[in-house]
Amino acid sequence: MKVKRLLITLIILGSLLVAPTDSTMAAGDELSGTIKEDGSTSVLPLAEAFALRFMKLHPRVRVIYGGGGSGTGAKDCAKGQVDIGATSRELKISEADLISYPIARDGVAIIVHKDNPVDELSLGEVARVYAGEITNWEEVGGKSGKIRLYSREEGSGTRDVFESKVMKEKDISGRAYFKKSNGEIQTAVARDPGSIGYVSLGYIEGTKALSIEGVKCTVESCKKGDYPLVRRLYFHTKGTPDEPVKAFIDFCRSEEGQKIVEQLDYIPLTL
Amino acid sequence: MMPRYLVDKISRKAVLLCALASFFILVLIVVFIFRDGMAGFIENGIGAFLFGTDWSLKRGEYGVGVMILGSISVTLGTIIIAAPLSITCAIFLAEIAPPEVREVVRPAIDLLVGIPSVVYGLMGMVWLVPLIRDHFGGGGYSLLAAIVVLTIMVLPTIISLSEDSLRSVPRHYKESALALGATDWQAIWRVLLPAARPGIVSAIILGMGRVIGESMACYMVIGNAFAFPSSVLDPSRTLTSNIVGQVEEAAYGSSHMHALFACGIVLLVFIFIFNSVSFTMGRREG
Repeated sequence: MKVKRLLITLIILGSLLVAPTDSTMAAGDELSGTIKEDGSTSVLPLAEAFALRFMKLHPRVRVIYGGGGSGTGAKDCAKGQVDIGATSRELKISEADLISYPIARDGVAIIVHKDNPVDELSLGEVARVYAGEITNWEEVGGKSGKIRLYSREEGSGTRDVFESKVMKEKDISGRAYFKKSNGEIQTAVARDPGSIGYVSLGYIEGTKALSIEGVKCTVESCKKGDYPLVRRLYFHTKGTPDEPVKAFIDFCRSEEGQKIVEQLDYIPLTL
Repeated sequence: MMPRYLVDKISRKAVLLCALASFFILVLIVVFIFRDGMAGFIENGIGAFLFGTDWSLKRGEYGVGVMILGSISVTLGTIIIAAPLSITCAIFLAEIAPPEVREVVRPAIDLLVGIPSVVYGLMGMVWLVPLIRDHFGGGGYSLLAAIVVLTIMVLPTIISLSEDSLRSVPRHYKESALALGATDWQAIWRVLLPAARPGIVSAIILGMGRVIGESMACYMVIGNAFAFPSSVLDPSRTLTSNIVGQVEEAAYGSSHMHALFACGIVLLVFIFIFNSVSFTMGRREG
């Protein structure tokens, strides 16, 4: 009895070992292997949807995505720990030896609590709020109450975009609450009536996305280019990718891949 | 059949090897933290690093003044609440509780030690933070939230160590006190507690070490602002929460990473101080 069970276990283990796990073993028409990705949490929902669809098309390929933020994506990719590093910002000069592939565009939404009467802010107002120059909702047409800022830690791709497009020369106030991911900001803002935060467009559920400069924050306005806070999302590889990584990136950038982009409320690459 | 003395010799060597291995791991950890961390001190200047209040990748300035103060206030706040609570609980368990109660409570407390800190952090984030926001004001993420979560986390450690030291006081101390006409409470307060004091103090200081080193639970509730808190309802930032918050985005070998390692050195110094105090306190009288 025991021997039999041991034998079965060994067979299962053996077949796991024999199963092709290396991308170089791909042969013939069928792609196989494992693709490891990590990086930006703004890309996370999209990367997961890409992976699911791609694995359905090519059952012998496994795609694994981990979060960690844009910095992690670029770092792990440069070290060869992952096949694809995802960022929600362009590469920095220190990371420039990677090859970048834009895979989608994404809006950065300024979000507040659902019950907050404020619907609209100008870019300048958002900057002054985050710099700590405007500290009460009354000053921007809301109910009297302290504004509580929620920000990402330095190094976040979403924060990079927010700083370059909104804050410009100003610094984000040190009195803000700092969080590590889009999801944490979304949760905090959804539960705090005095809050304001900034997240990837895919994370606005349960909160209210403010109109910026009079333009509503929707997929349509981002697509048309009216909404001012739009950035590109990237996959990066170290050197020219082999199969199946190349096929995966091509798939993401194909028409079919860009359909997934639209379904998930990101913005497709081509206008 | 191997000669018996040979077995003896081999097992002695094997045990020695294991003991040395854990010592070498400690040495390696210290060497690596210092290798990268000293660079952080040198790049910023020791004074500017320890007392500077500006931490910014953009400007390339790293100062941990705010975080050192944050770590100290969280630790002190926690111990002020946790120490009396846990000592009373230890007295109850060691002297007052009937055996049946103790048999249930003590294992439960020991079990609490094993709960991962993220779980405490999660509960703090989901239950405690909104509670503080609604009833005390502020954003909820605050020094107070961190102090409450860490108090709950550190109670079991201090309770079990204090109870052990209360129990190790020889029985005849208390019996003599009772024989001289002291009440039960007088015997506990005047005889038992002073006799167990070195053990209790070292339990508290070990607890402080646990608090200052706790990272994840702290990060989840403290709010992580880069500013001196003006009340317990303000957010703050500790050395550990700073490392947790930024390590994922720091490029290896960058001055950012060096600065994070330097935070590690500061923590190591704190822990070293706590442990040596606790060690000497525990040894006194004996």
